[in-house]
Amino acid sequence: MPNLFSKILSTSKTVIEVKDLKPNAEVMKIGKKINAKVKKLFGGSLAIREVDAGSTNACEHELTALSNCFYDVERFGIHFVASPRHADMLIVTGPVSRNMKEALVRTYDATPDPKIVVAVGDDAIDGGIFKGSYAVLDGVDKVIPVDYYIAGDPPTPTDILVSLLEILEKIDVNKTKLAKD
Amino acid sequence: MNSAQNIFFLALSLFSAGVVFSILSYNKERLANIFSSTFAILGSITGIISAVLVLIYNQSFSINTPSSFPILSYTFKVDYLSAFFVLIISVIALFASIYGYGYVKQYFGKYNIGSLGFFYNLFIAGMLLVVTANNALFFLIAWEVMSLASFFLVIFEKDKEKNIKAGGLYFYMTHAGTAFIILAFLLLYRSVGSLDFDIIRNNIALVPAFTKSLIFVLALIGFGTKAGIIPLHIWLPSAHPAAPSHVSALMSGVMIKTGIFMLIRISLDFFAGGPLWWGILILTIGAISSVLGVLYALAEHDIKKLLAYHSIENIGIILLGLGSALIFNTLGFQSMATLGLVAALFHTMNHAIFKALLFMGAGSVISKTHTRNIEKYGGIIRYMPLTAFFFLIGSLAISALPPFNGFASEWITFQALFAGIRLVSDSTTWAFVLASGALALTGGLAAACFVKVFGITFLARPRDEKIKQISESSFSLTFSMAVLAALTLVLGLFSGSVTSILSKVAGNVTALKNSGISPGADPLAIQSGDSFASVSLPYVFLILGSAILIVFIWVKLVSRKQSQRRTITWDCGTDLTPRMEITATGFSRSIITIFANILKPSKEVEIVYHAENPKYFPKTNVVNLGTKEVYQTYLYEPIHRLITRISELAKIWQNGNVNAYIMYIFVVLIVLLIAGALK
Amino acid sequence: MSTILIFLLQFSLIPLLSPLFVGIIRKIKARLQNRRGASIFQPYSDLSKLFHKNEVISHDSSWIFKAMPYILFASTLVICVGLPLITTGFRNSFSGDFLVIIYILALGTFFLALAGIDTGGGFGGFGSSREMTLAALAEGGFIFSMLVLSVIAHSTNLTDIIGSVSSLPLISYLPVLLAFIGFFIILLAETGRFPFDNPATHLELTMIHEAMILEYSGKRLALIEWAAANKLLIFLAIGANLFFPWGIATSLSIPAILGSLGIFLAKLLILSVAVAVLESSIAKSRFFRLPDLLLTSFILSMIAIGLIF
Repeated sequence: MPNLFSKILSTSKTVIEVKDLKPNAEVMKIGKKINAKVKKLFGGSLAIREVDAGSTNACEHELTALSNCFYDVERFGIHFVASPRHADMLIVTGPVSRNMKEALVRTYDATPDPKIVVAVGDDAIDGGIFKGSYAVLDGVDKVIPVDYYIAGDPPTPTDILVSLLEILEKIDVNKTKLAKD
Repeated sequence: MNSAQNIFFLALSLFSAGVVFSILSYNKERLANIFSSTFAILGSITGIISAVLVLIYNQSFSINTPSSFPILSYTFKVDYLSAFFVLIISVIALFASIYGYGYVKQYFGKYNIGSLGFFYNLFIAGMLLVVTANNALFFLIAWEVMSLASFFLVIFEKDKEKNIKAGGLYFYMTHAGTAFIILAFLLLYRSVGSLDFDIIRNNIALVPAFTKSLIFVLALIGFGTKAGIIPLHIWLPSAHPAAPSHVSALMSGVMIKTGIFMLIRISLDFFAGGPLWWGILILTIGAISSVLGVLYALAEHDIKKLLAYHSIENIGIILLGLGSALIFNTLGFQSMATLGLVAALFHTMNHAIFKALLFMGAGSVISKTHTRNIEKYGGIIRYMPLTAFFFLIGSLAISALPPFNGFASEWITFQALFAGIRLVSDSTTWAFVLASGALALTGGLAAACFVKVFGITFLARPRDEKIKQISESSFSLTFSMAVLAALTLVLGLFSGSVTSILSKVAGNVTALKNSGISPGADPLAIQSGDSFASVSLPYVFLILGSAILIVFIWVKLVSRKQSQRRTITWDCGTDLTPRMEITATGFSRSIITIFANILKPSKEVEIVYHAENPKYFPKTNVVNLGTKEVYQTYLYEPIHRLITRISELAKIWQNGNVNAYIMYIFVVLIVLLIAGALK
Repeated sequence: MSTILIFLLQFSLIPLLSPLFVGIIRKIKARLQNRRGASIFQPYSDLSKLFHKNEVISHDSSWIFKAMPYILFASTLVICVGLPLITTGFRNSFSGDFLVIIYILALGTFFLALAGIDTGGGFGGFGSSREMTLAALAEGGFIFSMLVLSVIAHSTNLTDIIGSVSSLPLISYLPVLLAFIGFFIILLAETGRFPFDNPATHLELTMIHEAMILEYSGKRLALIEWAAANKLLIFLAIGANLFFPWGIATSLSIPAILGSLGIFLAKLLILSVAVAVLESSIAKSRFFRLPDLLLTSFILSMIAIGLIF
């Protein structure tokens, strides 16, 4: 155990500051406008429930990376939860395969209001590389109402993080500076 | 001649009237039901009145009626201890009879109600006689009446073979116990010369020390069989479920306490305490019974069998109080001995009340669903809300949660055990330490068991389609449950006053007559004797109630604009079936696995394959999770085999050969002649 | 007047401070993971957000589901009346007994377990089963660790215990230390920390406390999370004040209270750091290894009792 702690104390800090985040240009398409009061409510604390509606898991890898010591999404008050009842935001990935349609609807139904739905990845936006297949429904907005899209196949953790912060209006993407700095 | 005496005999005559009128109306069901219930209710009310007169107004009485048989006399003596037990019997009998009036209606047309009423009233009358008899032979007659009446009640539903087997086991065990009791009384008679309890009490010095201990052990085995201590308990889990539910309430709540009553009488009243090992033995038996009782209860999913095992657990807790009282008495700590006895008596009363409540709730559910298997229940709170609520109160009481009465008596038992740890300074401290550990473990496991029982029976979705057709029970059932549930709360809140009455009762036994110290005269708080601890349950209740109110109001203010929406349970996207809910077996499997060495869980797997050769594709797979019958295998069957072997040895002598028998007579004659000549 | 204010302060200190200490423990764990972590006031934002969300309630649940959060939270408040935090001036004989505290916490756990079964989802049931198993086994260790203190103090009243232990000579301190180790194990068990439970897990099959609350949302979820934080702070406060009671005020004067408050917060901080560092060093244990750990706690307290005589 002393080895463990000496290692912890000697490792250098790796968290990427907000001003160093370099997103790709134009990462977010605005769906419907969210009530400003709702954004203020979630500005201090956001609980995300991730729903895999038949995705290739590429987006899941990137979403998992958000909680690591480089991106550390928890410092913005955002955390992932296990149950949709605890969630404020549903992040949906995948083109919504037929088998997952009912599950996705039930997840949406199980989440309490007010809620935000974000479709992450090209697949979730309009079917992506699976578009037109008999087995998928071509995008999340065909099943449940979507508020935001984050494009990319998959979008990098930087893109996802900056988009989330923009959704919460904590950051202006042109200036990449934290809003309440 | 005082009024308590008159009212007591009025009670006995009312029960006798119930006996007579039930059997007279044996072929008119409704009339028999009305007669037996009415006379039982009236008898119980008069019993309560007479007990209260003795306890509060100090009208104890004693009557002596000699009979034609020289050593038998019909003597009654109702002192405080007897009156206390008369009170418990009458209270439970009252509510069981009210409950029984509605409950028995389901037996119309199937079994004979007249005989039910006959045995029921005889049973209660027998119990009243058992706790008030003052002559050993009269006591034994009453004991036998009580046992036989309850035997016939156990086998009342005689179409089910399991009930007959349960009745048979009960019959053998109770008579084996009675044999030990008779032996104990005979030894007493041999030393003292009389069977009258008063004479025995006054002349106890005539009994030599070795005989005293022998009598104590024999009485412990005999009365312990009735009380249900481990390992003499094997009749309890089959007999109590077999009887109709109001009779189960009486058997579990009151009949097994008569064993405790006589143990208190013999050890503290007649013998006025004994050597240290008596108390340590009872403490150990109490600790083992409480832990094992609750562990076996966790392994059960027959609701009444589970409740029967909890009775064993609570008898263990009562014996913890009694054992500590005996130890303190021997070591000279009289006030702590009173505390221990008060704990035992208080828990006796509390257990009678909440166990009767729980059995009534279980009976209510069983009468509607026609099964005792918890795995087929579920969601009943929606269809029987009142039964569910009262069963919840009973579960809270038996799990010893404040502010109910179970907490009060378990608190006092803890204080008695803690007093042992603090005040006793030699190795007996460790007996108290282990007993406290056992009591702590028991309390936690009992709560776990009742979360399981209440949760699986009443909450979530029905596991069987038939549940959706049931409805709430009739008024007589819900009324008796309501009053008993209210009593659990009232006794908890007024535990201070109750303990002062109980210390008066405890101070009346010979051993504690000169202690003169009562463990607390504060009506609002229960205290241990020497300002070590005190707690006031009314205040706790008040604070808890106000806290809930404050929280409710605060949340209402903060979240007033928020709304609620009703939807299905979060099912992870698949359809919810009843199989997705937790089962009773699954709930307790963790605990059973942890205690696997004690419970010896067993798993039987039966697989039926599609084709015998090769055995690749299973058609059906049945898994049976259970526990092995430890006592049958390791204790009773070896004893059975030993007795059979000894009997077989006798065959060598009794070989049926007349010539051999004539030789035996000849040999014995020669020996006697030689012995007579040598004298 | 000042007495009433001080009483209100003592009564509300635990609900007010508990999210802060949850935040502190999370922050320390995050730092040890080389992250920055959320601010230490983040749990307050979480709670306030939850209070302003709507609720979703299942058809299958009954009044127990709706009533449980209130009972659970109220049970943590009741303990505040009898547990001296910053002063021993409010000694009372009706709720200061340690058995009352243990069983009031058990009352909350009982209803929490029932609510877990109530909705009929798969996870809540086995969460309740595990929670009741651990609660049953932890009770022995809990009672005995407090019993050690009671035997030393010749009273079960918490205020008297504080008085006695603070005046104990250093030689007789060993039993208290052993009892504290036993108590610390129970603290980890009852508040659902490593190695008993991972409070931040998403794997339902490994959850104990979280599994029972998967169906809750909105204000009721906020109450339950707050009550869990209260429970953590109550255990930390018992550990800080009963086992190491130096520095607590014995009167009701304002300067003494303020000093005692500072020392109390410092002790809580040290204990929180200990919990966080311990959580970062060990892994969550397999469920069937936990009874051994709880038995160890019980045995340590038994040894401590033996050492007193």
